[in-house]
Amino acid sequence: MRRTKEKVIEKLLAASGLMTILTTAGILVILIYESSRFFIDVSIWEFLTGTEWTPLFSKKEFGIWPLLSATFLTSLIALLVALPVGLSIAIYLNEYANRNFRKTVKPMLEVLASVPTVVYGFFALTIVTPFLQQFIPGLAGFNSLSPGIVMGIMIIPMISSLSEDALFAVPRTLRDASYGMGATRFQTVFRVLIPSASSGIIVSVILAVSRAIGETMIVAIAAGQQPNFTFNPLVPVETITTYIVQVSLGDVPRDSLEYRTIFAAGMVLFLLTFVMNNISLWLKRKYHRQYE
Amino acid sequence: MNQLIAKNINVWYGDNHALQDVSMIIDPFQVTALIGPSGCGKSTFLRLFNRMNDYIENFRMEGEILINDINIYDPVVNTEELRKKVGMVFQKPNPFPSSIYENVAFGMRIQGMNKKSELDEVVETSLKKAVLWDEVKDSLKKPAFSLSGGQQQRLCIARTLAVEPEVILMDEPASALDPISTSKLENLIFELKKSYTIVIVTHNMQQAGRISDKTAFFYMGKLIEYDTTKRMFLKPAHLQTQNYITGRFG
Ligand SMILES: Nc1ncnc2c1ncn2[C@@H]1O[C@H](COP(=O)(O)OP(=O)(O)OP(=O)(O)O)[C@@H](O)[C@H]1O
Ligand SMILES: [Mg+2]
Repeated sequence: MRRTKEKVIEKLLAASGLMTILTTAGILVILIYESSRFFIDVSIWEFLTGTEWTPLFSKKEFGIWPLLSATFLTSLIALLVALPVGLSIAIYLNEYANRNFRKTVKPMLEVLASVPTVVYGFFALTIVTPFLQQFIPGLAGFNSLSPGIVMGIMIIPMISSLSEDALFAVPRTLRDASYGMGATRFQTVFRVLIPSASSGIIVSVILAVSRAIGETMIVAIAAGQQPNFTFNPLVPVETITTYIVQVSLGDVPRDSLEYRTIFAAGMVLFLLTFVMNNISLWLKRKYHRQYE
Repeated sequence: MNQLIAKNINVWYGDNHALQDVSMIIDPFQVTALIGPSGCGKSTFLRLFNRMNDYIENFRMEGEILINDINIYDPVVNTEELRKKVGMVFQKPNPFPSSIYENVAFGMRIQGMNKKSELDEVVETSLKKAVLWDEVKDSLKKPAFSLSGGQQQRLCIARTLAVEPEVILMDEPASALDPISTSKLENLIFELKKSYTIVIVTHNMQQAGRISDKTAFFYMGKLIEYDTTKRMFLKPAHLQTQNYITGRFG
């Protein structure tokens, strides 16, 4: 009796594992299938080099760059916010703060990552943008600046936490060597610890950027829905993710070219994050080996 | 260069009374060995001279350490300046993850010296003093990790010498090295004492006998005996010292 029970449990576990793998494979297959159908009608070249994106208008253009530039721009702004702040926090927690402070603050930072993104989006639209408009008169109601900044706040804990781990992993002996040579704390941080932890810090940056690229809610709410090939952070734009939401929720007929655009766009998104995650995995493995 | 003087030193780590009323005078341009069983306080005592214990939580001390007649625990003393005068070589070779050249140049760079010609010169003379120059002169740009353990340890010595210290503290510098590297290191220490005051912790009695002029025997946080190495090894005044040296315990 007990044996059969265990057998059943084992089978169930295996089945759920299989389900996950099959689901992932299924998503991938559909993504590839639908986007390849898209590329029968639209040339890859046109898609990858075009700077007009108007699939929903009568005069249709299928250049991905307006969506891509918006995705890059919002992510870049997020990184410009998150990297200095996140790294400073990591350095402070690691080299300056005492152990108790570190123990209390680290989990508090993680809270930033668990705020629902829709709240962040709302915050960007209704608070940050009006606030910034007081100083930047040209700032439109929808823009990349304010969701970029808010997204930056969201990814701070990713950068600070992973960088902190990387700094923490620097062997004690290197700190000793540096202090023993008469280096100050500041010199030790910037000349020894950060270079030694650089691959871990880069991993944190890549993962954070990858998260920002895939982020949907914040940009959908606060960045606008106007495909716009620009690197001006003050005007409305539309990111890849926003576009996918817009079409998914809209009334575009299912089996149309317009509808398949979201699979092509989704493919680009998938490839971007896939490549970044793999680079970070590869780097992670590399730096784990370094201190063995 | 004057003597290094430890006056009535007491050290605690929390409740652990790690050094108990230790007083000792270390002569300049000599090698002084600190010996004793594990946990007796040798490293703690050594690290007092460059204030490396300051980073340890729960560390507390009483007493004075005088170097050139200045109490280095006086609040006005700048620890960074002190550590340029009192260099340290650690148990495990700990080069920075950068090139051989940059490792030796580190001390100059943190003092704001970036002139290439001067750096080149200091790197070369330091590596020569550490008897490593001939082995690495063609590969200065290579990562320090590519060197053998013994070479890395001599690199760490070169790095220390580059800032022209007066005192060099060594905490079991040969314990991670093979016999050939160890004997190279011992020859080097013998050379260095002409220009530097050296304090070395070692677990190896033969090594203490070979390289040191004076030896201090610690036991459970107390300085039991301190004398010329010759006398300590031939005719120790305390039974504990004799037992330890002859390997009957520890
Ligand atoms: N960082 C520390 N925190 C707390 N206690 C410590 C610390 N370092 C050393 N001690 C304690 O102080 C005493 C002396 O330690 P120390 O490292 O100076 O001994 P040692 O003679 O160098 O030993 P070994 O030969 O094993 O290196 C020991 O009881 C040790 O447990
Ligand atoms: Mg020790």
